[in-house]
Amino acid sequence: MNRKTITCKINGVQKEFLVDPDTRLQTVLRDQGYASVKFGCGEGACGACTIIMNGEAVYSCILYAFQADGQEIWTTEGVGSLDKPHPFQQALVEEGAVQCGFCIPGMIMSAKALLDREPDPSEEEIRLSMDGNICRCTGYEKIWTALHKVIAQGKGRES
Amino acid sequence: MKKETFSVVNHSVLKIDGLQLALGRKSYVADLKPSDALYVKMLWSPHAHAEITSIDIRKAETMPGVRCVLCHTNTPRNIHCTAGQGFPEPSPYDTFMFDKKVRYVGDRVAAVAAETPEQAEEALKTIEVTYNLLEPVFTVDRALEPDAPIIHDEPEAHIPIPVPYEPEHNIVAKVGMEAGEFDQALAQADYSFDYTYETPYAQHCPIETYISMAHIDARGRVVVETSTQVPFHARRIIARTLGIPVRQIRVIKPRIGGGFGSKQEMLLEDVVALMALRTGRHVIWQLTRAENFRTGRTRHPIRLRIRTGVQKDGTLSALGMDAINNTGAYGGHGLTVVSCCGSKVLPLYRCDNIHFDARVVYTNLPVGGAYRGFGATQAFFAVETQIDEMAEAIGMDPLVFRQKNHIRTGDGSPVFQALGEGKEGTPMTIGSCALDQCILQGAAAIGWERRTPHTEKTGRYRTGIGMCCLMQGSSVPEIDMGAAAIKMNDDGSFNLTIGATDLGTGSDTVLGQIAAEALRTTIDQMIVYSSDTDLTPFDVGAYASSTTYLSGEAVRKAAVKVLNQILGVAAEMLEVPAESLEARESTVFSADGRQATYSEICLYALYQKNQFQIMDSASHITHKSPPPFAAHFVELELDTFTGCIKLLQYVATVDCGTAINPKLAEGQTEGGVMNGLSYALTEQYLFDSRGKMTNASFHNYHIWSMRDKPILKTILVPSYEETGPFGAKSVSEICINGPAPAINNALYNAAGIRLREFPFTPERVWNELQKKQA
Repeated sequence: MNRKTITCKINGVQKEFLVDPDTRLQTVLRDQGYASVKFGCGEGACGACTIIMNGEAVYSCILYAFQADGQEIWTTEGVGSLDKPHPFQQALVEEGAVQCGFCIPGMIMSAKALLDREPDPSEEEIRLSMDGNICRCTGYEKIWTALHKVIAQGKGRES
Repeated sequence: MKKETFSVVNHSVLKIDGLQLALGRKSYVADLKPSDALYVKMLWSPHAHAEITSIDIRKAETMPGVRCVLCHTNTPRNIHCTAGQGFPEPSPYDTFMFDKKVRYVGDRVAAVAAETPEQAEEALKTIEVTYNLLEPVFTVDRALEPDAPIIHDEPEAHIPIPVPYEPEHNIVAKVGMEAGEFDQALAQADYSFDYTYETPYAQHCPIETYISMAHIDARGRVVVETSTQVPFHARRIIARTLGIPVRQIRVIKPRIGGGFGSKQEMLLEDVVALMALRTGRHVIWQLTRAENFRTGRTRHPIRLRIRTGVQKDGTLSALGMDAINNTGAYGGHGLTVVSCCGSKVLPLYRCDNIHFDARVVYTNLPVGGAYRGFGATQAFFAVETQIDEMAEAIGMDPLVFRQKNHIRTGDGSPVFQALGEGKEGTPMTIGSCALDQCILQGAAAIGWERRTPHTEKTGRYRTGIGMCCLMQGSSVPEIDMGAAAIKMNDDGSFNLTIGATDLGTGSDTVLGQIAAEALRTTIDQMIVYSSDTDLTPFDVGAYASSTTYLSGEAVRKAAVKVLNQILGVAAEMLEVPAESLEARESTVFSADGRQATYSEICLYALYQKNQFQIMDSASHITHKSPPPFAAHFVELELDTFTGCIKLLQYVATVDCGTAINPKLAEGQTEGGVMNGLSYALTEQYLFDSRGKMTNASFHNYHIWSMRDKPILKTILVPSYEETGPFGAKSVSEICINGPAPAINNALYNAAGIRLREFPFTPERVWNELQKKQA
């Protein structure tokens, strides 16, 4: 099966995995316990599996694990904790933006990739950057409000 | 009581599971999977209607990694209904775990559990099935013809309640009612209207697809961890399907990644449970997105003929609805959904002469189920379109026409008494209705006074403003029951355990707030847990807009009983009569200024004297289903060259009684409206000639994203429902009903067109514009 060992940095920690060539990055991450990486569609359409790889928000369900070899990956687990949530995570909770919560980690990664790049994005940049993440519960209003709250506080780049 | 000051309810406290979910901590079924679990894959029927003449699973059983193969030859044949409803269900028993007949593309044929998903997939390919193809039935018209193929010819099929069920005619159910003299009133009306509307298939699309996992515990019982809205119904249906006692089964609901009604079913649990029993292993099954579309539950497509009569003065004299509900291959929820077309819609306007007749029909298409709005969504599209049309005909502002005719506090309706869920309804007088304020506040917010007739509009881009009014219910009266238990801890905190099932709505938080308010404590002192059939009291589950109103009252009653125990212990400690004591902020105060904290009281009760556990439980059933009310308004811009619709703004007002948590109530409204908008504008099932859905993917079934988000304003209009906990009614379902009719009415205001079906795709709108010009 041409298994191969890949190395990548996940949430700042160097990791090594033995993976098959057809294994998706999402599967590896979930099997390794990164539960924030959700399965919603497996076809690059819903965004629940969004991670940050080399600074870009990407769908881990349509990447092969091989493509992560030598890359730097962030998942929601690396963004905040119970004691010290990321400002966007805190804002999401304060604004009531977390309903079922299944899409939220992906939303966070898309937003973080945007804010790391551009702490004060335009409305159009926000709409385009968040376009890849579907939420069926909230109607996006409170997620939108939470994101603007973080931007207004100038906390976009904190992590 | 109406002006009481609340300290916890009616406050937007933080959702208690918000942070754990935002951090991505392990919370959902998939997150609980051990590394050695077996994976299930299902062989689905490629045919819409066929008999399985032979099936050979021997090769599959010897394939690498395969631990269990199930099909109709080696599984229990116990007829059941997958719909998670009360018992006995108002739905037919027409389903087997596996059958020798398949009835839609996506019906079960055989299942494999293997060490890896890939091994399970490989094994499926080796299962040899031969089919005798039968004529598929793809329309309700064909289903009702005398020579139509019979979809459910199995002798075991029956409905467990006394209502008509005629599978030999493909009829799942019939229901109807009459009030006054409908035909006469229609004939004598100054203006009468008769139009037929079609509503499409659609799906809930929770981002978490259906998923269940089972294992066998140390005592040999089967434990099912599942993404369900109905853990207690699921336990009962699993027991029936497998033919094992309820006591052998434990159903646990962890966090759920959305449901919207789709998970008010037992769809995966029987398979993982039987496979766990046969293998002794953890067994997990999650549907892919395509499987979720094709084999999961859908919104019933319904044909609605609406006949109405109106007098020149604006009196609504006749209101008639004939509905044909396509329930697909199985009949779960078919009767109750179509009943709600009548019961949740016809009472909205005062009318003496009412006709309702409905049939539910089998076809060889995907299966309908419970979906937020539950029949009211379909029927409001038709009725609210026609209400607008009537106002136009008599030259009355459609807003004024609605103001003149809508139901008010103190009104009843013959519909309430006539139409229940599988039986007669319950007489009801409206105890709270702020629809008048909803209309006024919504009109002000959208700028209704700017609205001009479509005849004055010219040019390529034309704006239109439309509105609709809505109602729903709160619980199923005299049927649904919820229970709650509260136990006090030695630091003054409380465990609240409920069978009520938070599927992402925030009901754990809302119920925690109700308990905290009644216990005179704060939300951070509440440890809320739902739901586990071993550990929490019974509740029918999350459906019928019932949790806040029904389960919330059970919680309030339990909390009052626990508070009385607290006061009793404090009376003993402080040596004063309990009646003289007052509790607030987790402390009991005596008239002479002494006090005992909740922690001191619990420690006393647990360790010091006359020891006992301060705890109690309560159950609640409702005797009415008080409707929440809403008025929705939309302003859009129509491109008359292309038929494209651009939403400019949307205003959703809602009277949900006391909003227990205003931010969460707004969130329910915003989410419901957004779901309703994409239902109205983009979502649809496309089928090939063999009945297979061809767009079973988020790439081709378009769910709106943040990019599509319009300007949306939500206005909570308070009222006080005396029968609800602290004045609360429901909020979760009503708001999905508004977008389709409101947009249709705005299209009329923009360009003088009225559509009788949706989604309002550019093509469909453009065709309507051409018809009007011709």
